[in-house]
Amino acid sequence: MTASILTVDDSPSLRMAIRIALTGAGYDVTEAGDGVEGLAAAGAKRFDLIITDLNMPNMDGLTMIRELRKAPEQAGVPIIFLTTESDDAMKQQAKAAGATGWLVKPFVPEQLIKVSRKVLGR
Amino acid sequence: MSTQDPVAAFRVEAGELLDLIEHGLLDLDHRLDDRALIDEVFRGLHTLKGSGAMFGFDALANFTHHCETAFDRVRKGLAPATQELVAVILSARDHMRALIEGDGTGLESTGAVILEQLQAAIDAAGGEASAPAASAAPTAQPKQVACGGWRLFFRLPADAMANGTNPLMLLDELRELGECKIVARTDTVPPLAELVPTECHIGWDVELRGDISREDIDDVFIFVMDDMELTVEPLSDEGAEAAPEIAEEMPVVEAPATAQDGPANRAGANPSGNPSAKPAGESVRVPAERLDELMDRVGELVIVQSRLSQLASGQGSAVGNELALRSISEEIERLAGELRDTMMVLRMVPVASLFSRFRRLVHDLARETGKTIELSTEGETTEVDKTMIERLADPMVHLIRNACDHGLETPEDRLAAGKPAAGQVRLSAHQAGGEVLITIRDDGRGIDRARVRAKAETQGLIQPGQQVSDHDLLQMIFHPGFSTAAQVTNLSGRGVGMDVVKRTIESLRGAIDITSAPGEGSTVVLRIPLTLAIIDGLLVRVGEGRYVIPLGAVEECLELSLEEDLRSRGRSFITLRDRLVPFLRLREIFDTGTRPDPHQKIVVIATGTERVGLVVDQIIGSHQTVIKSMSPLHRDVATFAGATILGDGGVALILDVAQLVMLGQNQEERLRAAG
Amino acid sequence: MSAQPTATQWDAEGNLEVLTFNLGAETFALEATLVREILDLLPETRVPGAAPLLGSVVNFRGKIIPIADLRLAFAMPAAEATVDSRIVVIETQVETDAGGETFQIGIRTDKVHEVATLQRAASEEPPAVGMRWRRDFVRELVRRQDGVVVLPDLAAIFHSLVGGTDAASQPSTVH
Repeated sequence: MTASILTVDDSPSLRMAIRIALTGAGYDVTEAGDGVEGLAAAGAKRFDLIITDLNMPNMDGLTMIRELRKAPEQAGVPIIFLTTESDDAMKQQAKAAGATGWLVKPFVPEQLIKVSRKVLGR
Repeated sequence: MSTQDPVAAFRVEAGELLDLIEHGLLDLDHRLDDRALIDEVFRGLHTLKGSGAMFGFDALANFTHHCETAFDRVRKGLAPATQELVAVILSARDHMRALIEGDGTGLESTGAVILEQLQAAIDAAGGEASAPAASAAPTAQPKQVACGGWRLFFRLPADAMANGTNPLMLLDELRELGECKIVARTDTVPPLAELVPTECHIGWDVELRGDISREDIDDVFIFVMDDMELTVEPLSDEGAEAAPEIAEEMPVVEAPATAQDGPANRAGANPSGNPSAKPAGESVRVPAERLDELMDRVGELVIVQSRLSQLASGQGSAVGNELALRSISEEIERLAGELRDTMMVLRMVPVASLFSRFRRLVHDLARETGKTIELSTEGETTEVDKTMIERLADPMVHLIRNACDHGLETPEDRLAAGKPAAGQVRLSAHQAGGEVLITIRDDGRGIDRARVRAKAETQGLIQPGQQVSDHDLLQMIFHPGFSTAAQVTNLSGRGVGMDVVKRTIESLRGAIDITSAPGEGSTVVLRIPLTLAIIDGLLVRVGEGRYVIPLGAVEECLELSLEEDLRSRGRSFITLRDRLVPFLRLREIFDTGTRPDPHQKIVVIATGTERVGLVVDQIIGSHQTVIKSMSPLHRDVATFAGATILGDGGVALILDVAQLVMLGQNQEERLRAAG
Repeated sequence: MSAQPTATQWDAEGNLEVLTFNLGAETFALEATLVREILDLLPETRVPGAAPLLGSVVNFRGKIIPIADLRLAFAMPAAEATVDSRIVVIETQVETDAGGETFQIGIRTDKVHEVATLQRAASEEPPAVGMRWRRDFVRELVRRQDGVVVLPDLAAIFHSLVGGTDAASQPSTVH
């Protein structure tokens, strides 16, 4: 079955780039524009992978990850966060919040696909 | 809008981000410690940098990085927000726009100057100097390759599985690197009673054989490396031959894709490698429900079309077919109308997007003139055709400039005149029938009649001492080359006059009017049609010609009996609900040389509160009018706003309602003056 | 503000490809490169208030283009259409306050002849005096075996209608 991926980012162009890359690699992609929308989408359906930005209006990525990890049905769902900070503190915070891994912006589609394969195994 | 071009999408988004940043900064200017605003500006800069870097806007990303860093410090409370910082970031924001729009060349020096100012602003704010460092390229690490292979042991942190790491996948990844011998260590698995099923208690010993670098292994564990137990050592039996450390000249098996990759590789959307060279396509953001509506109509159209095909294939009786055809025709007419309306609505955007551009303008004008100016807006949700918004921007900039520069007084003068020190500029929009009225009002000194008069006399527009109504006198400022500013300041008087504003508005089939009370301020009202392309019209006949009257302006249609016509001759007024409404005999104005139809009609049209009746020979009916512009050679013919093509291929001219109302009013004034 | 006289673009050999046509008894010529199409007469719509020279418009493939009656610029009486009457659609530029604008215009002619080649050697400037027509409306007169061909200055003629102070016929405005 096609893996379904939820991508959460407030930047439409970035969401578009992610969608193009992932659908091109055969994944199903659902988009959300911020943490609130992301939570709602994840609540409606269990995704195989969630890729999220950290800095977003309404609800940031860290809070969303924490909220997701509180929900038992989200246990084990890989969450990759996108970060532009090379700063380790942010990485640690996100990891502590329950993220599985990260991808540093800017990235090329191949990196995104590689990371998705890595955590999805397909 | 292209749905497959992230670079184009980024340009649109960047425009919005820049607006967001600008608004945030302008608000912040008044409320320097507003956390929400600081966060908002930071987020805007952050996204701009991140997405910019994604799509190859490297200069933008690098430049924005410095601003973001500065704002990050403010956000974290390490430095205060100051007006200087706001001003610098505002100019930086303009530079960012240039970086997005330009081809990225020739802007380095501007950027450098702004960064210096930024540094100065940071220093002045008492923050420690965080010298903008050139983005450091990751230093190349010597590669460690064990030619024989590796022996490793790993154990995941307890919460790894709950957090989405699947140890089986890590093992699979190791297997992909080379031949693996994997043994699970179960010594730490707790007794069943204490076992937490979501935690991982197993460790693994792995013997990995092959030409594998240490980095390859680290890559497998990259996300869990910091918290896990991991030991890696070269396989001892072949370790003697393996050079444990080999310098970076070693051919790399898999090139790691890093930030060093050129822009051409990014996001894969732009193989040409130069996103700046591509102009952004115009796009409109459309709410999904409007698209759904459009989809519904299209769906219905498809159904009707199939009915039509069925009919054309020729079954059924002639009578039945004719009925069916008529019903299909009616259906298509309805659908075409609805499609048109839905389509028009798609093009509508709130004037808020127009008004918001002027906040910055007023901010800058206030700084340049040393005046205190408060801008307020009203009716921003009023919607106007997208094209209209674009074309209104320039004239409005000019009008707001005029208001700020000429209209508003200095704070001292205002106080002396008993007004509050801060001048007011108010923008408002509201819809009235088929038109949108946009008002620009200031509470400044008003237009100096004496000076307008003097100038008009100098220019020979009026004779010295000639009687001119106040309204007509004010209209003088719309004459080419007319400017009343005693001194041409830096802001106004840039060769664009009110005549250009007027012409631009008129080219949009709009009208401009100005009123002004000495000492109290001036008001400019722009009347513009909702859309440029299609209107509902009333098709009428005057003599042998057919004309369209925009239906939005039509108030009512009345019969003009022959007796009334005769009785009113010379007076040209009708009484409409206790009001005298002047009327124009189009037959005479158009010089048709025909006799009046015995059943003439009066079509009462209105703009705002002013009414005028148009006497026509016949009302043919309503007509969906696709507006075509008149040739530039016919621009001097003010009575017509355009033309349209009728069902029979003929041409009907579209009446310019504002012009005709004015004509009617003038006639009224003349008659009043004549007693 | 007056239009610069239009220079005729003779080629290197001093030749010019033109479309010749008749207005009354006179033969006129326009650069063949300007000509877009030659049409039979179309139903015209009068534009009240427009200059008589450009008194009507037609629907030319969905565009509204004015029809010019050059007879009026050259002081000839208006004439009824005949079977030979044609509209020559040309594309030209006119300088307006807003800069140069390209537009199409239909010229009503009494008869259209062939595309011909005029020679610069046979051309002369219009005489300063003694001409029946406004001198600035004529670029050049070119002699041919069968008589003189007039190269009108369309830019000057139309410019006189758009903001030109030296209008050939004052556009009648509505009062």
